Amino acid sequence: MLTFDNKGIYCARADLYIDPWLPVNKAIITHAHADHAHKGNKHYLCHTDTAPLLKLRLGNDISIETLNYGEQITINGISISLHPAGHIIGSSQVRLSYKDEVWVVSGDYKLQDDGLSTAFEPLKCQHFITESTFGLPIYHFPKPAIVKQELHEWIQKNNEQAVNSLLVGYSLGKAQRIIEMASALDMPIYAHGAIVNIQQQLINAGHKLYPVQYASFDLIKTLKPPYLLVLPPSAIGSPWLKKFNPYEIAFFSGWMQLRGARRRRNVARGFVLSDHADWNQLNSAVLSTNAENIYVTHGYKSIFAKWLREEHKLNAVEVETLYEDDLLMREDTDAAL
Amino acid sequence: MQLFNKLFQAIDQTTSTNAKVNALVDYFHEASTGDILWSIYLLMGKSSGRVIKTALLRQAAYKLSALPTWLFEESYHIVGDLAETIALCLPPPQHTKLYTLSQTMTFLASFSALPDDEKEQTIINRWMEIPASERFLFNKLITGNFRVGVSKQLVIKALAIKYNKTANELAHRLMGNWHPHQTNLEKLILEDILSEKSFEPYPFFLAYQLEGAPEGLGDINEWYVERKFDGIRGQIIVRNEEIFIWSRGEDLLTDKFPEFHPLKHSLPHGTVLDGEILPFKEDEILPFAVMQTRIGRKLLSKKILASAPLVMICYDLLEYKGTDIRDRPLSERRKLLKQLVDGLVVNTSLMLSAPVPCSSWDEVRKAREEARAYKCEGVMLKRKNSIYETGRRRGSWWKWKVDPFTIDGVLVYGQRGHGRRANLYTDYTFAVWDNNELVPFAKAYSGLTDKEILEVDNWIKKNTIDKFGPVRTVTPTLVFELAFEGISASPRHKSGIALRFPRILRWRRDKIADQANTKQDLLKMLDSKGDK
Repeated sequence: MLTFDNKGIYCARADLYIDPWLPVNKAIITHAHADHAHKGNKHYLCHTDTAPLLKLRLGNDISIETLNYGEQITINGISISLHPAGHIIGSSQVRLSYKDEVWVVSGDYKLQDDGLSTAFEPLKCQHFITESTFGLPIYHFPKPAIVKQELHEWIQKNNEQAVNSLLVGYSLGKAQRIIEMASALDMPIYAHGAIVNIQQQLINAGHKLYPVQYASFDLIKTLKPPYLLVLPPSAIGSPWLKKFNPYEIAFFSGWMQLRGARRRRNVARGFVLSDHADWNQLNSAVLSTNAENIYVTHGYKSIFAKWLREEHKLNAVEVETLYEDDLLMREDTDAAL
Repeated sequence: MQLFNKLFQAIDQTTSTNAKVNALVDYFHEASTGDILWSIYLLMGKSSGRVIKTALLRQAAYKLSALPTWLFEESYHIVGDLAETIALCLPPPQHTKLYTLSQTMTFLASFSALPDDEKEQTIINRWMEIPASERFLFNKLITGNFRVGVSKQLVIKALAIKYNKTANELAHRLMGNWHPHQTNLEKLILEDILSEKSFEPYPFFLAYQLEGAPEGLGDINEWYVERKFDGIRGQIIVRNEEIFIWSRGEDLLTDKFPEFHPLKHSLPHGTVLDGEILPFKEDEILPFAVMQTRIGRKLLSKKILASAPLVMICYDLLEYKGTDIRDRPLSERRKLLKQLVDGLVVNTSLMLSAPVPCSSWDEVRKAREEARAYKCEGVMLKRKNSIYETGRRRGSWWKWKVDPFTIDGVLVYGQRGHGRRANLYTDYTFAVWDNNELVPFAKAYSGLTDKEILEVDNWIKKNTIDKFGPVRTVTPTLVFELAFEGISASPRHKSGIALRFPRILRWRRDKIADQANTKQDLLKMLDSKGDK
């Protein structure tokens, strides 16, 4: 029912693409991250909560149709519905069925509950397309409650020394989680413009999120340390960071599990907080579908596919896509959001 | 190990020097004396020794993690560090026991004596006992690879605060080959008498590379200009007709250097010389490679001694007739040094580093440029009234090395790096043209910016033509300018030459592979300036 071509994941019978990276007529978008939601498509279909984020990124004039989770449409005999993927607000798995055949495109997902996005829903299918960003047995993410507690301790230590806490994570998804975790401390939170825009857009769309203030240089000059500031990854290493002196800086990512990744980023502190599935979550997600055919995309795809074949005797193959699997590239593009 | 692990994490999670010193001082306040002793030993960069073969350690890790070998090894290539890979792959521990650092070190000592077939189960048991958060540190200790981001000077600074002693005294006390099994904290740090440590070297005074024009140093007449010799920096200590020879790496090399042994009778009690030890024959300095071969030998045959005789080119005197004179001006120390060396009746092994007479900074420039002709690396600039400080300091001593040799090579192989470069292709092999063939001639790991590393990494992933284990062969396209300090003939290398300290100077985006240098160009350097 689905094929992989040079534009994306294609469904010929319904004549539509899922997360295409080149412009097409009809595109279903799993979530609003830049590597999944490209510009230039004629018509977009996505979850209701994804629509305002798409408009923020691609403009208000795009042709966009929305679905709620579980709501079903039929195109040329193919039933299509969206189901929670637990990755970020609005992120969806796409379920397509025709007669007895069921495919699920999971996009990016996680099984951990982040309290912001709707929790991942396991779906039965015969064909499952999975990411593999953290598809190695070295990735075991701690519970968010533990990360939250460590974050609070870290901020309080900085506060005692009158040092600002700079919190760095992707603008869409991670930043909202960081803000929710930090908001429990009841300090005002300042943020980079890109993060303020997303936060405001989500609040306008009815999400109950903690408001953040735009950290203009004029405003920053009037602030006395310690304060909290949320920044996108592109901020690391940029010369204007010194405007926030004195500060300690922390980076939030699943990659922070690796000491080398943390040191390479020149941030002293790393918090292991991810919107992706770790090793156990990936395995449990794949097995819970009962699917015989697994298509492994962006990440450690050849390794994870080999593991699924050898350990679980599944028909697992790796698929070339243009979804970015390199964290550093992704961080660099994040600024464009 | 809880406290030591906390210290390790604290140091690892900050880049602030003050925060590191504070964490150290806190640790020295909280820990037991036995643990402090071990911590100093480890923090000063002394190895705990490898108590298990890596292959055996891997076997144990495969077994406990229940992962297929290939998957563990793939993970290792991504993480780039065995101790960390193991820590990340093991299942959560069953019950948690708390061992102190000393207990852990005692365990390691007894562990190393176990027969191989008992080691696997013993280490598995230990892994399952200790908290998951301590496994990384434990693995670092068991592989003898413990390292953390503090310099010796910082450790000494923190000890000085805790024990209310001067940093200089502590630095001296902590020099040399001490081991926690053979001493205790009282003897090492606190006891008044230094007699037992009297054969230990003084901390070496080291210089930074001069950046910018030398004119910034002021009046040339306030400075000594010396040649910067390329040998082994060492200290010769003579006490009570005994001699001790230390390298800057704090290795006791007395036995390796019999040439100097007669000095124990001819130099007065309480003499400490600082200088460069190098091979010297028939009024000529021999290539550094000759020295390296000699150092590597366990037994020194007559033939070797005759083919590579050593001398020390002395440039400083730290102790004279039993008095520590490091606080006196260099001009005075040099005068005493000269008297001492000139006064020797029989002298075959000590030479003086004569100052190069320079009356202007331009003459210094010239002396620097002609360094290679003297088999030297450049010049040293030392303030005439400078005292002998400890460690690497700015201000009164500077080294000013010659510009390195350079050559353009083509990137042919990439390999994943380790540590902070894990998971990125950062270890490169470069080739030059030999007719129509590319001959690899150097490996280089450093010199690119983080941004360039990402770009090259990305390029390598997209332009791989062959994979062999962790090594990728790439389409020969990218050209880099490499810098190196020396070049010598080497029958062991395919290219026939070996380079000293090759590193990347810059990415020549303006050049295509055809425009890289040739093997002929390298051989010309070998003939003209390099070691023969």
